[in-house]
Amino acid sequence: MTQAAEPDFEVIVIGAGIAGCVAAYQLARQGRSVLLIERGEAPGSKNLSGGVLYSRGIQQVFPDFADAPVERRITRNYINFLNADSSVAIDYKDARLADPVNAVTVLRAKLDAWLSEKCEEAGAMIMPGVRVDRVLIEGTRVVGVQAGDDELRAHVVVAADGVNSFISKEAGLRRKEPLNHLAVGVKSVISLPRETIEQRFNLAGDEGAALAVVGDCTQGVGGGGFLYTNLDSLSVGIVVRLDDLTAKQKVVTDIFDHFLQHQFIAPYLEGGEVLEYGCHLVAEGGLHMVGEIVMDGMVVAGDAAGLTLNTGLTVRGMDLAVGSAVAAAEAIGEALDQKDTSKAALARYRDKLFASYVGQDMKTYAKAPHFLELERMYKQYGELFANVLYGSFNLDTQPRQHLLKVARKSLARSPLKMRQLARDGIAGARAL
Amino acid sequence: MKPLSVPERLTKNRFLLDEEQSHIEVNQEIAKSTGTGKLLVACCPAHVYAEEADGTISVEYAACLECGTCLAVAAPGALKWHYPRGGFGVQFREG
Repeated sequence: MTQAAEPDFEVIVIGAGIAGCVAAYQLARQGRSVLLIERGEAPGSKNLSGGVLYSRGIQQVFPDFADAPVERRITRNYINFLNADSSVAIDYKDARLADPVNAVTVLRAKLDAWLSEKCEEAGAMIMPGVRVDRVLIEGTRVVGVQAGDDELRAHVVVAADGVNSFISKEAGLRRKEPLNHLAVGVKSVISLPRETIEQRFNLAGDEGAALAVVGDCTQGVGGGGFLYTNLDSLSVGIVVRLDDLTAKQKVVTDIFDHFLQHQFIAPYLEGGEVLEYGCHLVAEGGLHMVGEIVMDGMVVAGDAAGLTLNTGLTVRGMDLAVGSAVAAAEAIGEALDQKDTSKAALARYRDKLFASYVGQDMKTYAKAPHFLELERMYKQYGELFANVLYGSFNLDTQPRQHLLKVARKSLARSPLKMRQLARDGIAGARAL
Repeated sequence: MKPLSVPERLTKNRFLLDEEQSHIEVNQEIAKSTGTGKLLVACCPAHVYAEEADGTISVEYAACLECGTCLAVAAPGALKWHYPRGGFGVQFREG
């Protein structure tokens, strides 16, 4: 039997995040009967991200995405090596990033509510406040879901239940991840008047800034800090890798407080009031974390499939969720048309995923996670850069030396070796 | 400006507490013998876990932000953690 005769829905989607909403929307638009189940009180209420959505993909799905509740168009990317008493940054601002819109800051409780409305308009049924306890499995096939005493059946289940994906773990598709594949993000949303934000970050209108910070902000633990501008609030937080956090025996909230109080970060937040405090587990394993994402009667999408990327410059997840949901919806549609929703038929999802920007980018940056595990990225490089600049700017009435000599001297005083520098340079060029 | 304490931050959030059941259960023996207890205390951004004077780990499940970090760092058998029942737990208004 390739699929059941008369289920309750053609497709049941678990989780109204970005992957779940986009999959449900695309399938409903195909005319399929779709149920979208969400454990939060309303779609969006369990969802949290750092805040930057690279938005080209989602614009293709929703032609009216310009009406979606997004915060600011990111036109300024500020990449910052932060030390205790110094800071070196690349400040990249570009009007071309505003039109067409490339990236926007989002607050997920607001955005995901809009996405789920789109699903409803397209004909999907939304069931909020319901936690799926497990999928129903007959033989090797997922035939539906169980929530409390209720059983609901479908030809295909989409597990879009987020990074913890209990569903794919219990179905045997995913194992417990090693700690170097995971990080925890901790974030506050801090309210500030619009004008204050625009002044502090040198922005006009709905332009936005994204600050990505490495170094002292995480007290040397692998990871980084971020500060994103919303319309009238800031999203500020840290992301730290769990293997390094536990090995260094740090308290995660101490690191967060340290970042907020850093002499170069605190002035941005001055006078702001905390609106909300949240956290989120982040998949950091890259391509290595994407395992089995298809079985008889089920596909896995978004964070649940391990689809996140840290390329050093861009940190992505939501755009990959969009791409995976588009691929999944196409593949499911074709499988339903052929009345064959077996693993073999649904395997088109994987093919489509890896033919799209999602799979291609996961491959391109496959070496990035390993490179970003280098200890020296989080302390010594920032200090070296600052020391070279200090040697150049600190005109202490001593005769000047050429920049190259200053750099050599700084390197000699740094724990870094020329050999490491060369090796990291080459590895970085290949990985990022 | 001194940041708010974790409990002060949590008061800013909206929670719908499931008064009938906790979604978190620590196996004290395994938590102690594996060192998981101390990891839970250090890694939870919401300070759900605390080490008591007698060395046991107490659980304030009402404060949980549902990230799953505790489960990721816990040794096998040391922790049972699932999402709260449908409709309960933290309800983000920003996200």
